[in-house]
This record gives sequence, structure tokens and C-alpha cells, in this order.
Amino acid sequence: MSMVWQIIEIVGYISLGLGSLGVIFGALGLLRLGDIYQRMHGSGIVDTGGAGLILFGLLLLSPDWTVSVRLILIGFILVMTSPTATHAIARAARVSGVDGKLSRKLKPKPKVKPKPKTKGAK
Amino acid sequence: MSVLAFSLLALGVAFVLAITRAALGPTPFDRVLAVNTIGTLAVLAIAVYGFFDGRPEFLDIALLYALINFIGTIAILKYFRFGTLGDHPHSSKKDKSE
Repeated sequence: MSMVWQIIEIVGYISLGLGSLGVIFGALGLLRLGDIYQRMHGSGIVDTGGAGLILFGLLLLSPDWTVSVRLILIGFILVMTSPTATHAIARAARVSGVDGKLSRKLKPKPKVKPKPKTKGAK
Repeated sequence: MSVLAFSLLALGVAFVLAITRAALGPTPFDRVLAVNTIGTLAVLAIAVYGFFDGRPEFLDIALLYALINFIGTIAILKYFRFGTLGDHPHSSKKDKSE
């Protein structure tokens, strides 16, 4: 029976270490990628991989069931709120006209623009 | 124990990287994204530090921080969109008359 608890503890520590690596790589992606829509990928790694693995590791290491309930609650709140916040940021950036690096290449510029001339004349 | 210390160290490194992005970010949305990530990192750091110090009561603070982080991000985005936090600008009559 004690061996099972030992295995659970080792798995918890391994999950904590992997989550720490995920957090570092996600933050590195947030710093190094070239565009806001690409940086959201790094932020998503921190929110899912890093937070999920760290909270799971802490859940396996938790000494009491009330601590486990709090950890599950934190994980539930993060799972519910972080995609919503990222979606809101992406939609706000898109609506306010921030172009991605790849979308600028894919979208050819229109040759004739009659509308801005009429607006400028008015 | 040392794994918890390594995890805290990794969270600190991630803090530095995310704060650098928040300082460099060309558009305001980059800064909002970096601040949102910093909030998630703070939640994780509070939780890990509670285990590191042997006081898991810190998880309550992490829970509140997760909620406030989400509300703060949505509030900042709404401020960017409408210019105010309370009243919708199109609902006031002064803007329509002007």
C-alpha cells in the first residue's frame, strides 16, 4: 500500500516538472513569436499544458481532500475562463484591424478603391 | 521538495519572459495577452508556493486571483472597445446629437 502512494508521489513530481517545462516554453513562445495571433499559441500552451500539468501534479501531492477540491476548482475556473479571455483578445484585435503576418501575404490588395476617394472629397 | 523549488524557478523565468513581452508589445492587445498570461502564472506560483511552504491555504488566494484575472482582462478589452467602462457610448443622447 505504501508503494502505491510512493508511485503516486513520483508521478506527481514528474507531472510538476513537465508542467514547469511547459510554462517555460509557452512563455518563450509568447516572447519570441512574431505576431499577436501566433503569440496566442504560446499563451495557450501556458494556460493548458503548463497549468494543467502543474495543477495535476499538485493534486497528486495534496495531503488532504479539501486541498484537492480547491485544486480541482482552480483547474475548472482556468479551463472555463482562459479560452474565453483569449477568444475575446483575438476578436478585439481582429475587429480593430490588427493584421497577422501570414494573412497579409495571403490577402492581395484591391487595385481600385473608389470608396475612399468619395469619402475624402466629402 | 527540490522539484517544487524548480517549479517556482521556472515560473519566475516565465514571469520575466512574459513581462518582457508586455513591455515590448507593439499593439495593446499584445500587452493584454501578456498580462493575462502573467495572471495565470501568478495563480500557479501562489499554488506551488503554498505547497512549497507547507501551507495549502494559499489555494484560496489563487482561486480569487484566477477569477479577478478573467474579469480584469474582459474589463480592459471593453475599455479599449468602447472607451468607457460603465455606460455604453451609443446609449447616451449627447453623442447622437453631435
